[in-house]
Amino acid sequence: MPSYVILEKCDGCKGQDKTACMYICPNDLMVLDKERMKAYNREPELCWECYNCVKICPQQAVDIRSYADFVPLGASVVPLRGSQDIMWTIKFRNGEVKRFKFPIRTTPEGQAQPWPDEWQTGTDDIKSPLLCTEPGSTLASELPTLK
Amino acid sequence: MQPFETVVVDTDLLILGGGMSACGAAFEAAYWAKKHGIKVTVVDKAAMDRSGAVAMGLSAINEYIGYGKGQNTCEDYVKYVRQDLMGISREDLVYDIARHVDSSVHLFEKWGLPIWKDEKGEYVHEGRWQIMINGESYKVIVAEAAKNALATLGNLDEILYERVFIVEPLMNGDTCVGAVGFSVREPKFYVFKAKATIVCMGGAVHVFRPRSVGEGLGRAWYPPWNCGSSAYFVIKAGGEMTCQEVRFIPVRFKDGYGPVGAWFLLFKSRATNAFGGEYMVERAGELEKWAPYGTGKPIPANLRNWLGMEDIMEGKGPIYMRTEEAIANLAAAYKDDPKAFKRKMKELEAEAWEDFLDMTITQSFLWAATNVKPEEKPSEIAAAEPYFIGSHSGASGAWVCGPEDLMPDEYKEMWKDIGLYNRMSTVKGMFCAGDASGASSHKFSSGSHAEGRIAAKGAIAYILDHNEPPQVDDAKVEELKEKILKPLKVFEEYAPLSSDPEINPNYIMPKMFMFRLQKIMDEYAGGVTAQFTTNKPMLEKALELLQFLKEDSEKLAARDLHELMRAWENVHRMWIAESHVRHILFREETRWPGYYFRADYPDMDEENWKCFVNSVWNPETGEWTLKKVPVVHLPV
Repeated sequence: MPSYVILEKCDGCKGQDKTACMYICPNDLMVLDKERMKAYNREPELCWECYNCVKICPQQAVDIRSYADFVPLGASVVPLRGSQDIMWTIKFRNGEVKRFKFPIRTTPEGQAQPWPDEWQTGTDDIKSPLLCTEPGSTLASELPTLK
Repeated sequence: MQPFETVVVDTDLLILGGGMSACGAAFEAAYWAKKHGIKVTVVDKAAMDRSGAVAMGLSAINEYIGYGKGQNTCEDYVKYVRQDLMGISREDLVYDIARHVDSSVHLFEKWGLPIWKDEKGEYVHEGRWQIMINGESYKVIVAEAAKNALATLGNLDEILYERVFIVEPLMNGDTCVGAVGFSVREPKFYVFKAKATIVCMGGAVHVFRPRSVGEGLGRAWYPPWNCGSSAYFVIKAGGEMTCQEVRFIPVRFKDGYGPVGAWFLLFKSRATNAFGGEYMVERAGELEKWAPYGTGKPIPANLRNWLGMEDIMEGKGPIYMRTEEAIANLAAAYKDDPKAFKRKMKELEAEAWEDFLDMTITQSFLWAATNVKPEEKPSEIAAAEPYFIGSHSGASGAWVCGPEDLMPDEYKEMWKDIGLYNRMSTVKGMFCAGDASGASSHKFSSGSHAEGRIAAKGAIAYILDHNEPPQVDDAKVEELKEKILKPLKVFEEYAPLSSDPEINPNYIMPKMFMFRLQKIMDEYAGGVTAQFTTNKPMLEKALELLQFLKEDSEKLAARDLHELMRAWENVHRMWIAESHVRHILFREETRWPGYYFRADYPDMDEENWKCFVNSVWNPETGEWTLKKVPVVHLPV
């Protein structure tokens, strides 16, 4: 099963009405078993292995055991996603380990300002082809059209 | 069956979807809506932070023109897309996206997306149009800007509806007045009434049988949640579709579907067959047959596929991406300085792994599980199963209005009764963007965002000109509610007959319904096991079997809300499948041999078929009409 939940670590997001993995899964796969207070992947064969449940879990209770129909056992790929970087730990089947760290964003979380001050919209005309922030945000002085 | 509350949401502009084009639409709409006092509502089947095709992230942005920096022009891009799609594209739409895409990319960077820079501070190009990013959080950042923009209009909880699956358009005669669907979390039926609706619900996967059918079923190249909802929405409203035959088949790292762009373009890798032969060199003569496109540059994606497929058909597989050779070539310049050489190798190794980790993590997993180091050993590549993705090198989608200053007069004529509103389909009040709009290939993530923005401005212009409350027939809504919830009722009514809830003569479960569809499409409509080949009798057989499937769709059963969504996703897939088969059948030639091959018409026929194929399904009669529409080139 592509994403799976480690029983010992999952706390069912402490009884909130939805768990973090349920909230984020783009394919509506993660469910909370309310009796056991543990989450699980209800349709592993429709999992894309996008890792969003793994990245978001506050308990690091979700892991991936990649598709058994074509991936040999024994490897692991584990992310640790921070606010600016992501760290990957890759364990090969033969035991070798590699680590990589990559940046993920340059602004503080939540702070993306939709309309930067320096790019004022060049028109109020709803019928003009200019979109908001243009032409400034195109870095050209005017919007191209056929000559 | 438990009672379902009907929730009615009255709005002005309804945006359906949550991916790149929906985020672009939401961002742009918020700006103009605030100025004009327009109410905006967004409905996403998942959570916007990670919904759509960019949910996992991306390692490159594939459309960037750089015209403000004098790098390329929009005209150049039109020529590039014309060439890649074998002459068939709506050049006004392509040009329009090209002139807005740089703005979107520059905004992404401001919002926080890390874009690779060279020593001069310029974007690092993977290829002429592609730029490299650290894109793990690409979607999170773009969604954040969209949500922050929407929040300037009011309380976000009353604007953005997540986990609501849209099933059907809401129509008043020939005008779209919103959409209906249901929550996948609680028993609520949603009715969104709107003056204009933007369709941004993506393309389709799992219409054809994927290469992996066990646990790896979900590992399609394009995400499994994209199920043809956009196409269904437009077709059911009676809207005109275009290029539904132009599916997309990507050649990717085998099984994991890891991206090849960085390897081919940035690392300059070769692909060779098992005997070391290079099909792009050895089979270059074949390209003459597909002139003028085959002999132009760059060689169209489908023809590159085709040359590799010919090797496979001759028993020369597997095909390998020569990663070890490419890395050795790139590091060779440092070979006399051991320290610099080591540093360069380390850098290339990290770049190679990041390329997968940012967007196709499974491929990294497969490398680790098979002890592959790309600097030591090549990896297999293969053609994937067919997908419907109008934003990439496929072209399927709705026929939409272009911008007034670029759209040829021949096309303007089609909207003379409605008026020209950019990205409006042939259905009044219904707009399309991203994978939903057709014949405007190569927009990718950035161009889809830009097109969402274009559609939002067009839709608000339409609302201001047609500012009347949407007329919705309540009886029709009740009828739709009953139809949409029916699979739950079917299950409840008949399940007690059998000791196995999955096996029952009175119904079919969504998963088996999907497998039936995939088998038909794979075997008769040119899927993987048919080596992408079909002919008229095969396609007619597909239509016959699809008709049985359509009848059985009335007997779909669902145990819960999640399965109810699966049931309707697969109905959506069935409709895009039928439309695809009809288009392939209508076009009596082979134009994109690396996407599908009509064995009964094995040649390209420029004289008779250098045109679009458009189709309309008539909601009144249930009949399909297909026709040729001329390709009008822009003077570039």
